[in-house]
Amino acid sequence: MTAAAGTPGAPPAPPQAAPGALPASKPRSMFVRGLEVFFENKLAIAGVVILVAIVIFCFIGPFFYHTDQIHVNLANEDLPPGPGNPLGTDANGYDILGRLMVAGQISLEVGLAAAILATVLGTLWGAIAGYFGGVTDAIMMRLVDALLAIPTLFLALVVVSIFPPTEGELIIVIALTSWLTTSRLIRGEALSLRVRDYVQAMRVMGGGSARAVFRHIAPNAIGTIIVNATFQVADAILLVVALSYLGLGIRPPQTDWGGMLNSGINSVYDGYWWQIFPAGIAIILVVIAINFIGDALRDAFEVRLQRR
Amino acid sequence: MIGFLIRRILQAAIVVLIVTVITFILLRSIPGNVAVAILGPSAYRNPAALAQFNSEYGFNKPWFSQYLLWLGHLLQGNLGFSWTLDQSVASLLGQRLPKTIILVGFSTIIALIIAIPIGLWQAVRRNRAVDYTFTGLSFLFYAAPTFFVGTVLILVFSVRLGWFGPEAPQGGVVNDLTDWRDLTLPVVTLALVTIALFSRYMRSAVLDNITEDYVRTARAKGASQRRVLWRHVMRNSLIPIATLLGLSIPGIFAGALITESVFNYPGMGYLFYQSAQKQDYPVMLGFVIVVAIATVVGSLLADIAYAVLDPRVRYA
Repeated sequence: MTAAAGTPGAPPAPPQAAPGALPASKPRSMFVRGLEVFFENKLAIAGVVILVAIVIFCFIGPFFYHTDQIHVNLANEDLPPGPGNPLGTDANGYDILGRLMVAGQISLEVGLAAAILATVLGTLWGAIAGYFGGVTDAIMMRLVDALLAIPTLFLALVVVSIFPPTEGELIIVIALTSWLTTSRLIRGEALSLRVRDYVQAMRVMGGGSARAVFRHIAPNAIGTIIVNATFQVADAILLVVALSYLGLGIRPPQTDWGGMLNSGINSVYDGYWWQIFPAGIAIILVVIAINFIGDALRDAFEVRLQRR
Repeated sequence: MIGFLIRRILQAAIVVLIVTVITFILLRSIPGNVAVAILGPSAYRNPAALAQFNSEYGFNKPWFSQYLLWLGHLLQGNLGFSWTLDQSVASLLGQRLPKTIILVGFSTIIALIIAIPIGLWQAVRRNRAVDYTFTGLSFLFYAAPTFFVGTVLILVFSVRLGWFGPEAPQGGVVNDLTDWRDLTLPVVTLALVTIALFSRYMRSAVLDNITEDYVRTARAKGASQRRVLWRHVMRNSLIPIATLLGLSIPGIFAGALITESVFNYPGMGYLFYQSAQKQDYPVMLGFVIVVAIATVVGSLLADIAYAVLDPRVRYA
C-alpha cells in the first residue's frame, strides 16, 4: 500500500549466495525471500528503527534514568521542562520523561499481548469455520457478524465497566473484542485452501480435521496472519489509549500513554503543554512505525506469493 | 436480485437477533441484585418485598423466558430505564441521537468532499511529492488518537487564536446550526480521521481502475484526460467507497464517542461515556443495540448499493 515498495523499476535481485556462505544447493525459504523484499522498503526500515528505539527507551531507559513513579510528590507538581525534569512534571509531581517510559511499557505490553491473543483466537475460529463450511461456518460467522456490529470501543467499554480489569484482564478484554476481523480474513483463506490438492491428498491418506487445520490451513495462511497481527498491535495500543483516556483503562498508580493524556488534558488549558505532547507524540510514532512495518510486510508477502 | 435481497435481509435480522442475545448476556452479568438496587439496601430485611418484586418483574423465571420478556419490550420500543437520570432510555435516545447524527453527518459529508479529490489526485500523481505528502498526512491522522487531535485543535484554534469555541453547542439540533462556530472543531476532528481512511481507499481504488481496459478505450477514442478521470475512473472508483461508507459506521460512531467527550458535545457518545462512568448499564446496553442495528443496516445498504452501482455484480 505504501508507495515506495522497494526501488520502483529495479529488477528483483536474483537469489545468490553471499560470499563465504554454504553452497547454494538448498533453495532459500520463502520466508527469507519475504524478508529480503521487506528490507528493500525504506519506510519499513524506518518503522523498525523507530519501534526498536521506543522499546529500548521504555524497557531499558528506566535502568539509567531513575525516577519515582509511585509516590505522589505535590511539592514538584506541574513543573515546566528544566534541569532535573527534562520534560517537566505532571499534576502529581511525577517526572514526565520517566513516566513516559513506564507508561510505554504498559501500552506496548498490552498492545502486543492482546494482538497475539486476538490473532490466535481469530485464526483458529476462522480456520475452523472455513475448513468445515456448511452449518458450522454459518453459525460461527453469524456470531462474528453480530459482534462486529457492536463497535469495539463500545463493547470494550461495557465489559470494562462491568468487570474493572487488571493489566492481564485488560489484555483479555481487548483480545476478546478484536479477534473478529482476523477470523473473517482467515476464513476466506481457509475456504480456498481446503480444496487444494495437498489438503485433499492428506485427507485421502487418513489425516484428521485437526491436522488439516493446524498443519495445513493455518501455516499456509501465515502471510495473512502476520500482516493482520501487525495491524492488530497498532489497533490494540490505540484501544487501550482510548479506554485509559475515558478513565476505564489501567488503574493508578500504574498508567499507560492514554492515562498520561487523560491526566494531562485536565491541566493543559492552564498552559501545561508538556503534560500531553510527549505521550501524544509517542503514541503517534509507535502506531505509524507499526503501520509502516505492516504495509511493508504485506508487500513482502504478496511479492513472495508472486515469485512462488 | 429479489432473492438476494430477501436472503440478505433475513441474514441481517438473524445478526440483530444474536446481538440482542449478546446484550442480554451482558445485562445478566452485571453484578448486584436488581431488586435490591431499586428497593434499597433495607430490602434485605424484607424477603417478602424482594420476592414480590422478583415475581412482578419476572426475575424469578428461567433465563430464556426473561430473555423473551425483555425482547418483547425491546420490540415495543422499550429499551430500558435509566435510574440515574430518571428517564427512559428511549426518550434519552430521542434527545441525543439527532445531535450525534448532525455531528456524524456533517463530518462524513465533509470527509467525502475532501477525501475523494485527494485520493484521485494522489493516484494520478503517484509517487510524486503530492502523493507522499498526503500519504504522510493520512498516516499521521490515522495514528493520532482522536482525542489528542481534538485537544490540539482546541489549544490552537480556540485557546490561542480564539476563532472557534472550545465547547460544542449545548442546546438542541437548531442550536447546532446557529452556533456553527462551536460546532466547527468537533466536526473537523471527526472529519480528519475519516479523511485519512477514505483518501487511502480512494487512492487504491483509482489505481486499480486506471489500468483497466475501459480507460485505454476511452483514451483511444480521444476522450480528454479530464473526461477520462472524472467521468470514467472516478465513477467506477466510487463503488468501493460506497461499500466502505456502509462498513465504517461502527468506526465513525466510536470516533463520535471520543469526539463528543472531548468537546462536551451532548450527543449519544458522550451520554454513553457518562453512563460508563456511573455504571448506568440500561443506557449503555440500549445504545449498544441501537448502534448495532445502525451497523447492520449500514452494511446491508452497502451490499445493495454495490449490487446497484456495479452492473457486473450478479447475485445468483
